[in-house]
Amino acid sequence: MEFHLFTNYVEIAAVILFSVGFTTLLFHQNLMKKIIGFNIMDTAIFLFLAAKGYIAGRMAPILVEGANDPALYINPVPSALVLTGIVVSVSVTAFALALVLRLYERYGTLHLDEILYLTRGEHD
Amino acid sequence: MQLSSVELKLLRRFRKIYTIIAFLVSLAMAAVLLLTVFNLPAFGKAGNPAENEVIGRYIGKGLEETGAVNIVAAVILDYRAFDTLGETLVLFSALVAVIMLLKDEPGVFTRRYRERSQFEPEKDQIFRSVAALLIPCLLVFSIYIIVNGHLSAGGGFAGGAILGATFILYNIAYGIEKARRFLNEKSFLRFITAALLFYCIAKGYSFFTGGNHLPSVIPLGLPGSIFSGGLILPLNITVGIVVACVVYGAFCLFNRGGL
Repeated sequence: MEFHLFTNYVEIAAVILFSVGFTTLLFHQNLMKKIIGFNIMDTAIFLFLAAKGYIAGRMAPILVEGANDPALYINPVPSALVLTGIVVSVSVTAFALALVLRLYERYGTLHLDEILYLTRGEHD
Repeated sequence: MQLSSVELKLLRRFRKIYTIIAFLVSLAMAAVLLLTVFNLPAFGKAGNPAENEVIGRYIGKGLEETGAVNIVAAVILDYRAFDTLGETLVLFSALVAVIMLLKDEPGVFTRRYRERSQFEPEKDQIFRSVAALLIPCLLVFSIYIIVNGHLSAGGGFAGGAILGATFILYNIAYGIEKARRFLNEKSFLRFITAALLFYCIAKGYSFFTGGNHLPSVIPLGLPGSIFSGGLILPLNITVGIVVACVVYGAFCLFNRGGL
């Protein structure tokens, strides 16, 4: 097995982005920043999937007249998969932002520890 | 309410342990992912395991089976149209959830609205002039992207997002009262449910005509012309309507709790 340290730079960038998002999600107590970290993780995954579909020197999968050879085009399947990911990411972000907005209206803060402290004793 | 000294001590200790564990977890995850990436096949090389017979099948037969020049559009709106229906429904249910969380009583403006309204541009002449120049161009551009989805890059999702952004720009520049003339709550719900229903019916219909090796009754048209690709053009338009409505509706709900 050979190591591809310097050829896989796009995937490495995706992994670094994913780690940035993950640490943002873990270390920040601000809920808004947690959502931003979540979105950075999403972006890293889109970058990774798009990179997996790319084949050097080939065209985008939009057929040109007189060139029907599949060896001329890149892989269309990851592009179609990324679309699903983007839609789900947008939906989850909208839902999370709405929840955070309601939390802020009720407790007046976005800090997770403060919200946990304020909810203590609310046993409805 | 103040934290007692015991609670404060416990909280500090928890924070310390949490930080250490979180640091170790992030480090371990980054290391595992980097090792995996080093062992992946080289980037962009032909003959990688990701490049298999599926590409040849889609690109070789896609045009004659779906009539669309853009193979990605053929995949998402013909071969996997039910998957796209699910995506559209995910967007719609996200909008329904946002409506449930943020919608105000009719006629009642909450604190959210009053706090925001003092930062909004009131009859800003520069902004309005720029918007008047931009909005027609953006409308034409978004419609071009939607109806050319099967011919070039783009499609319902990209064009719908631009269309929704155009509505948002109009809303900010000219106020919600003018925006309500063409997109109020009633017409908004009508647009989005009509688009979703049309998608369901069209795809259900083509399942019985075009699926199971049955011939489709919808002509595929000349490849490369606007009216080609069978159902892909109308489905792109419906997806564009749904995406534009969701983007604009989410903006209105976050902005002032109602359309």
